[in-house]
Amino acid sequence: MTDITAGTARVALVGNPNSGKTALFNALTGSRQKVANYPGVTVERKEGVLHTPADRRVMIVDLPGTYSLRARSPDEEVTRDVVLGRLAGEATPDVLVCVADANNLRLVLRLALELKQVGRPIVLALNMIDIAERRGLVIDIPRLSQALGVPVVTTVAVRKRGLTQLLEEIDQLLPEVRPGDVSEWRPPTTAQLRAAHRQAEKILEDCVRPPSRPDTWTGRLDGVLLHPVWGVLILLAVLFLMFQAVFTWATPAKDLLDFGFTALGNGVTHLIPPGMVRSLLVDGVISGVGNVISFLPQIVILFFLIILLEDFGYMARAAFLMDRIMGAVGLHGRAFIPLLSSFACAIPGIMSARVIDNKRDRLTTILVAPLMTCSARIPVYALVISAFIPRRTLWGFVNEQGLVMFGLYAAGIASALLVAAVLRGVIWRGASEPFIVELPTYKLPNPANIFQGVMVRAKAFLRRAGTTIFGIMIVIWFLSSVPGAPAGATGPAIDYSFAGTIGRAIQPVMAPVGFNWQIVIALIPAMAAREVVVAVLGTVYAISSGGDAGGALGTALQHQWTLPTALSLLAWFVFAPQCASTLGVVRRETESWKWPAVMFAYMTVLAYAASFITYHLAALVWR
Amino acid sequence: MVLHMSSKVRRSGRPAGEVFALSAAGMGDAGVIVRVGGDTDLEGLGRSERERRLLEMGFVEGARITVLHEGFIGRDPIAVQLDDMRVALRRREAAEVMVQSLAKDD
Repeated sequence: MTDITAGTARVALVGNPNSGKTALFNALTGSRQKVANYPGVTVERKEGVLHTPADRRVMIVDLPGTYSLRARSPDEEVTRDVVLGRLAGEATPDVLVCVADANNLRLVLRLALELKQVGRPIVLALNMIDIAERRGLVIDIPRLSQALGVPVVTTVAVRKRGLTQLLEEIDQLLPEVRPGDVSEWRPPTTAQLRAAHRQAEKILEDCVRPPSRPDTWTGRLDGVLLHPVWGVLILLAVLFLMFQAVFTWATPAKDLLDFGFTALGNGVTHLIPPGMVRSLLVDGVISGVGNVISFLPQIVILFFLIILLEDFGYMARAAFLMDRIMGAVGLHGRAFIPLLSSFACAIPGIMSARVIDNKRDRLTTILVAPLMTCSARIPVYALVISAFIPRRTLWGFVNEQGLVMFGLYAAGIASALLVAAVLRGVIWRGASEPFIVELPTYKLPNPANIFQGVMVRAKAFLRRAGTTIFGIMIVIWFLSSVPGAPAGATGPAIDYSFAGTIGRAIQPVMAPVGFNWQIVIALIPAMAAREVVVAVLGTVYAISSGGDAGGALGTALQHQWTLPTALSLLAWFVFAPQCASTLGVVRRETESWKWPAVMFAYMTVLAYAASFITYHLAALVWR
Repeated sequence: MVLHMSSKVRRSGRPAGEVFALSAAGMGDAGVIVRVGGDTDLEGLGRSERERRLLEMGFVEGARITVLHEGFIGRDPIAVQLDDMRVALRRREAAEVMVQSLAKDD
């Protein structure tokens, strides 16, 4: 069972959320981390290799935070299964390190008692001991160690204090490990939980003296941040600032990436003779993947802010403030973070739905996430709005173009809430997940940890761009470029491709919503990323890409489309599942083709209905 | 042991010794948990499952509790001081926690 003979021992970090467990993992492993997924489940598996003072090779695994081995979410199931050695392909850990916030011991002591039943050697690491010392909290370490029957060390992960002692304890324990120790763990009954609480309480009384200078900042900050008026206003201000940051700070970097990929494409165009290979590289790979990667700056900024707020302790407060609104449509307060992320891009939003325990809550959140207006819709909205909505001021202060943009965002939010309400209220009736969330003590975020966290997510996004999304881009390129235009062709090449054929075949179906064949054809390559529709419309209307292409295209559209058609297209883009990458990520996150299929179907129906109504209403009003 | 909910917390008008459901508590209500887990199975999750989750989060008989904050819509959810930690929960979950009001300076 164990790897000791093979030279590498395995150590797993287990602990409550907010115990600084990931900070300890970062301090122990530094940059020698590998992040992958557990096979069959979409929980991140973080491991790192290091050498102990006795020069043993140890592989450290950071497990998702939990209050109990009785798992409630996919994350917690991984923790349980790894600890118990039940996960296929994962050896049972040789030593468990139970990570505790020294300032908040009650629940983790109960967890430690539960972990003891697993039958593996345990070290208790009292993290953030510096804060405890500052507050005058006194812990009798030898006594605590004796009472629990496990070695206890103190650490300050963010300052790399106590790491050597922790590793020395692990060294001490490793020879004790006997392969094949049988776990006695059973899910505790309510009576056992109560007994364990009493035992933990007794240990606390015996070994810990309460702080002489307790934290008063958390109470004072909560007085403002959870205030019915100020708290809500501050939350709105925080959200507004996040939006501003995602859209304005990211713009220079996004433009640079766009410029870089365009330059790379041009470079390759000059190097390789015209033909299918060049088209595949330039139009398929470089421009397709480049389109998705250009969202990286927004994703980095978004995750930077989310991790910053999470580390500070604010996210649990935001969930508290938003819970009633989310709860009204049957969503969990935690669904707020994935939906917020989806304003940048649905992919990180869907990935972050992992924090939701209940499966139905999580699926509902995933299914409605793409209805939030992602930033790839902005170029489409901007093109159509600037061409068809007059640039004038209403009632003295409202910009009409801005009003339409706002309306499109509002339509996305309203429809997401409505669909969630239907899913949770009609289709998945019944118990929703209990909302019981710890409000952690506020802490100053640690820059190194934030950096690590952002890097992990940026890498996860790039890995998807390099694998799932890369594959999808090739398929879409193939549809849009093969077969190529015959010699002497007059129309744009895409006319003659499979996409062109499909577009013309679908066009009669789309005629009732006012789409001409040029629009329908453009919708197919736009599955790569919504904004691609702008470039493809440029191609089908044979607008040269040099110079002020956007302006020229806008003018061309004014002559080619009626206002009802333009509005219908806007409505389509609010709802339509025009993003193959999103569908690919949904498949990965749900481990099934069923949910991307459901998402595609319901969003297409919504989009068609919305466009149909918009087109005919607009035709009635303006004809 | 550790209690930082002493003097600053506003006291409600509940007489000492009154037993009330946490779901009916208002800001400043304080006391000791006397019972966790209701008799009815609320909406399917299973009584024992709900009870165990509350227990795992520290809602256990004997724990001291003070209501600190209420949500801005329908005064739901609530945030409580639970021994030395802070927890937010919906009133629906709080219905299974019975609290005995403490006398002043208790």
